Order: sequence, then structure tokens, then C-alpha cells
Amino acid sequence: MTLPSVDAEITAKVELVMRIDGAARAYDPRIKEVRASYADELRNILVATSDGTIAEDSQPLARLNASCIAKSGEQSGRGSAGGGGRVALDFFFGEKSPEYFAKEAARQAILQLDAREAPAGEMEVVLGSGWPGVLLHEAVGHGLEADFNRKKTSAFAGLVGRRVASEKCTVVDNGTMPWRRGSLNVDDEGQPTQETVLIENGILKGYLSDKLSSKLMGIADTGNGRRESYEHIPMPRMTNTYMLAGQDDPDDIVRSVKHGIYAVNFGGGQVDITNGKFVFSASEAYMIEDGKITAPIKGATLIGNGPDVLTRVSMVGHDLKLDEGVGTCGKDGQAVPVGVGIPTIKVDRLTVGGTARKDTGGFMQ
Amino acid sequence: MSETQTIASAQAENKTPRLETDLKEIAQDLVRRAMTGGATAAEAVAREGDEFSTTVRLGQVETLKESGARSIGVRVFFGKRAASTYSSDFSREGLERMLKSALELAKITSEDPFGGIPEARQLGSLSGALDLYHEDVYSLPGEARIDYARRAEKAAMDFDPRIKNSEGGSFDAATGRKVLVNSHGFVGEYRRSYCSVAAIPIAQDEKGNMQRDFWFSVARSLAKLESAEEVGKVAAQRTVRRLGARKAKTAHVPVIFDPMVSASILEHIFEGVNGDSVYRGASFLAGKLGQKIAGDTVTVIDDGTMPGGFGTATYTAKKLGLETTANASRGLAGTPGIGPGNYFLQPGARTPKQMIADVKEGLYVTEFLGHGANLVTGDYSRGASGLWISGGELTYPVEEITVAGNLKEMFFHISEVANDLEFRGSVAAPTIRIDGLTVGGE
Repeated sequence: MTLPSVDAEITAKVELVMRIDGAARAYDPRIKEVRASYADELRNILVATSDGTIAEDSQPLARLNASCIAKSGEQSGRGSAGGGGRVALDFFFGEKSPEYFAKEAARQAILQLDAREAPAGEMEVVLGSGWPGVLLHEAVGHGLEADFNRKKTSAFAGLVGRRVASEKCTVVDNGTMPWRRGSLNVDDEGQPTQETVLIENGILKGYLSDKLSSKLMGIADTGNGRRESYEHIPMPRMTNTYMLAGQDDPDDIVRSVKHGIYAVNFGGGQVDITNGKFVFSASEAYMIEDGKITAPIKGATLIGNGPDVLTRVSMVGHDLKLDEGVGTCGKDGQAVPVGVGIPTIKVDRLTVGGTARKDTGGFMQ
Repeated sequence: MSETQTIASAQAENKTPRLETDLKEIAQDLVRRAMTGGATAAEAVAREGDEFSTTVRLGQVETLKESGARSIGVRVFFGKRAASTYSSDFSREGLERMLKSALELAKITSEDPFGGIPEARQLGSLSGALDLYHEDVYSLPGEARIDYARRAEKAAMDFDPRIKNSEGGSFDAATGRKVLVNSHGFVGEYRRSYCSVAAIPIAQDEKGNMQRDFWFSVARSLAKLESAEEVGKVAAQRTVRRLGARKAKTAHVPVIFDPMVSASILEHIFEGVNGDSVYRGASFLAGKLGQKIAGDTVTVIDDGTMPGGFGTATYTAKKLGLETTANASRGLAGTPGIGPGNYFLQPGARTPKQMIADVKEGLYVTEFLGHGANLVTGDYSRGASGLWISGGELTYPVEEITVAGNLKEMFFHISEVANDLEFRGSVAAPTIRIDGLTVGGE
């Protein structure tokens, strides 16, 4: 059995961080500031309940991160890349090395130096694979947590059996994926985790629940009862939430866009589950003009409406990817580690919060 | 710092005996042992606190929580090398293990030429009553606390027939004590108390579309807390105001931000002047000390000494060659971060209504969604909802829109600050108007 990362030599961990610093600075002389960090933990839990459940689990978690600031004259840019999961230290000795994250963070920072203003208004949006899956987490994930639906405070309440996405969309929450950051053997109520189909070919199938929700609603306990620590109350939370791969070619997806944006990296997002509005903020994006990726644009927030945004997903690529292991979800003051994933997809219409006015509309004071 | 207050009455419902000087002794002992263990300087911070929280939904108790916590952290220096650890394990073995880890880690960290604890001459505390601690936050018996939450929700739901649902009414109370000891002989402590009431109503229109908003009151003393009925009523008004919201058209128009939203924009100045960010070049304000960064209408003050203030602390810069501004704020471990005292934008002369009356077509923002501030480049883009302004009046509600600009310019384009400054936390701002922003919508 591999040594848990918390028991590895601290000097080995310090070395990972130093290697990020070296690799990021070596990438380009315009990289002026580098921040590298490594964090790991081993959480041992025991759950004993009056219904006879006794469950124990040992939960490792590790994460390596690189952040860079680039400067050139008056221009500046920032970039960030990280990853990990429920892994031992040797995870970072292979492909997901310090150099891998360092170069990615540096590349983003340099790119931002030349970014121009993002457009404002509704347009076609192509999302790259992986971390852009935060779209799902915000647009539908929280809205499908059972507590909100029991209370009928979610915009998805009462929609089970109805169409909430295009036929090309199947969205699942899966806590059983090996080594992923969002995975668990058992949830924090002792219930084994599982793969739960939330949306199947566009139809809403069900919710993510915990013990209380399943009892009050008469639905299956999907093993999604999580809590930040023993100091917190458990509630339905996501684990790894992603859309299954489709048939389309990612290059065809970009080619199909006349005027829109291609967003491949995001900061975070947020959602109001009652009116369904959600946002996620692009940190790396490009214009698409006549089917071609052109200029990089400044980060802009994308905003949409959860219950219908997925109905406008007209193309789903075959390139499903999960994120690198950086997600933390906050709900009601409780943070838990999660994963997200998506193939390249096209959303026919989404509002982009840029500063450059489109040719249509707008009026001034 | 009131040490003579007995806290027995405040802990009437808490059965764990409280040891008054326990934390101070443990912290001092820790610092002594750190120095014996070879450290050249050391600092220990200990905390203990109690918390009560209840949410009542549709008249029934949804959650009820009562907790107590203690934790301690130590920061040790070996010359210019530092390390810190923290723990909630107060057993002898637990404390020894925590200290031992810090001492070992400090030997392998890099030297920081600017590292160190404050000089003795920089340390001190504010005398006089700072009005930070009131026993009365725990003076209500359990049922009365639950009833406070229930009444807030009821007032909201009674306000308008379109409010048929709710996330609940809540009541929270907490007290805390913090002790800081360092190897320069400083020993300090203070207590703080806190209570709050909130309501989160949900309104529904004829089409079945729902909207949610909230309101709250927070105070250091129960006597200063607004009534449950008042909080519920304002929460309901804000919620009903959102019904029938539609998208706005993409436009370049003046934007007026309500006080809660203005405060969040103000925080970006705080983040931008955060010494740590400036040092790392990670701030859009780096290198601008002494230069104009905003219009003449803008004066921002940070005051850690306001009696009863939410950001007031009794004590709290070498890297920039500046003196400490006593803004150190910390958890238990790590280098202290920088936190606001009572941080606010100085109010102007006119009312929000007068400011709105000046706007022919524009946006009044009541809520931001998401983050979207790049503090390095200043790029700013956030989801928003609010009300459209037309002919100098608030008209229909809007949602699913964005507001974008750049922080470097936004502060220059604060064209007016209203007179409605109110503290509901440690960061506060009046209603403000900013020109030159882009509203993203249809």
C-alpha cells in the first residue's frame, strides 16, 4: 500500500513547490511573480447512527497549485493551474508534474497580456472540456439538491420527468470515481456513494439526496449527504458532476460558430437556485469569428438561466474530460471538495458580460 | 478589556465549566516552551467561543445548533525563518505535538528578511470601553430565541399574499474570546459578542416564477438588534420587488448601486491596498501610493477603534518600508493576513432618491451574483439583478444581466456618493453612482 501523502517527507513536498517556481520563471521573462503551493490532508472519519449505521473511512486529499503574474509595460496578466485528488505524493512525479502546472499557469498569464475587451450581450458560446463543467455545477447541480426541492425553493422543483436539456445532454453525479477529488467511499452519513443520473437525454430524472431528504420526500438516498466537518450539519451536496461524451467533433463545434466566444478556463461561479440564474467567470477565452478562433479576450462573466440553458446545447463533443482536481463547493457556509467535467459543447445563446458593445442595441445617457 | 466580568450568567445554558485564565496560561506556557525549544521569537493565539443558531421554516424549527469550540496556534521564529501550527487538541500531548511540529518546520522554511513579530514599541492596546462584548446576546431562553426567528419569517410572509414560501427566519448568537501572547512580553485578550436575525422569503408570481431575497440585522448586543418584525418586513419588500423580472438590453448607462452592493465594490479597494498584494505586484493599485486613484467625491476610511464596531479590535509592514497600520488579522496559523477594521466610504450630501432622479435611463443594482474581479488587471465583470431606472424613477425589475468595467477607472467614475451610510458589518458604503460601465443583457 502506498504511503499516504501526509506521511511523506516534507522536503519532498517543498521540492515540488520549488520546482514550480523555477519552471514558471523559466517559461518567459515577463513572468514577474510566482506563487506555488502544496496542501494535503488525511481525514479519518467514523459515523455511528441510531439506525444501526456504522461506517469508517480514511480520506486522503492532495493538491499542487501554481499562480503567475506577468507584466509587460502597462499590461499585466494572471494565470493559475493546479490539480490533485485522493492521491499519494507520487501522483506529482508523472504527467501532472510541477512543471506541467507551472507552464500552464505561466501560459495563461502571458496570454492575458494581449487580451482585448470581451464583447457584451447574447451570443453563441463554445465551452472547452474539463473545468468549464462548472457550468453544470451551477446551472443544474445545486438546483437538483434534494433539500431545495423538498422545500420547493428550487426552480427545478416539480420538474422530474420534464425536459430540462437538449436530447444530447446526459448529466450524472458520480461519487465512485477512483482517486478523484470529489469522490468518497461513503458520504458523511455513512451511506455508500453511487453514480446518480440527474438528466438523461434531456429529461430530468431525479435529485441528489441525504438521509433527511430521502425520508421526507420518499425518494432513494443517493449517498450525497456531506458535511464540511463534525461541526457542521449534513446536507445534499455534489461529488463529481459531469456530462457524458457525445458524438460531435470538437473542431466542428468551433467551425459552426459565426460570431461567438470559445471559453476554456474559468474561475468560479454562483447560482440563485430560486430564480435559476447562474454565473461562471471565464478566465481564458477567445473570439470565434466565422468558425475560427481569433483573439484572446479579457475574462468575462457568463450568465444564464439553469432550467433552460441546457435546452440550448446543440452540439456535444466526444472529448469528455474531468477537471484536474481543484474544485471546492460552498453551500450554506460549508466547503467541500468536488469535481466537474464536460466535453466540448456549444450553447446557442448565453449572455457574455464584456465591455465591448456589439453593433446592435444599447443606448446612452 | 473587561476581565472582571463573570461569564457564568452568560453561560447559563452551557454546562461546560469555563476556566477564565486557562487560555492565557496555556498560551504563555506555549511561548515559554517555544523559546526553550530554541526559537528566537514566538507568538501564540488562542480562541474560545460559543455559538447558537436556529432556522425556523414555515413556523417549524428546521435546524437548531449549539456549539462551543477552542483552538490554539503558535508561530515560531528561528532568526528569519518562521513556521506556525494550530490545533484544537488541548491535551498535553496535543500541545506538545503542535509545538514540536512548528519548531521542526521552522528549521526548513526559507528566510524572510522582513519576517518577525511586531517590535515592542509598536504594541499596545486601546483603553476604555470598546463596547465589543455584551452578555445579553445569550440572555433569551431557548424558546424565545426560536421565537425571534419565527417572528421574522412570519412578518415576511404576512406582508404580501404572493409570499407563500420561505427559506426561513433565523436567529444567531455567539461570543468569543481571543488571547494573544508573544515573546516580547505582550499579553492581551478581548471578548466579542454577536447576535443576528434574518429572513429569507420567497415570492411567486401568477406564472409560477419564484424570486428570493433577504434582510437581516446584526449587532453586538441584543438591545441594539432590530425587531424581528422590521427585518421580516424589509425582507418581504425586497423580495416582492423582484417579481416579474426581465432581462435588460445591452447598454452603456449610469449604474447606481445600493449600499450592500457598494460595500462589495469598496472591498476591492481594500484588497487592492492590501500590503501583501501590493508587495507581490498582484494589485491594480501597486505603485500608486500618493497618486490619485479615484474621483474627488471618494474618501475611504479604515477605523479599527470605533466603539462597538464590527471591525474593532484592541490591537493588531516592514516589507513596504512602512509602519504597521495595525490591520493584522489572523486565524490561528500562518502569517497574519490583513483584515479591515471598520472600513467605510464617507457619505455625501444627497439622498439615493435624489441621485436616481438625475438618471434618464440607467440601472439600479440590488445584488451581484458571482465574483469576477481580477485584482491584478482591474478587469471587472459580474452577474447582477436590480431595477431599471427610467425618467429618474425605479421601474421594472431586471435579472440575468452583467455589469462590467475596470476597477482602475471605476473609482474615478464614482460620480456621486449618497448620504445613507449604515453599518451592517465591518465594511459599509452608501448608495453610489458609477458611470462608464457596460450592462450586458440582450
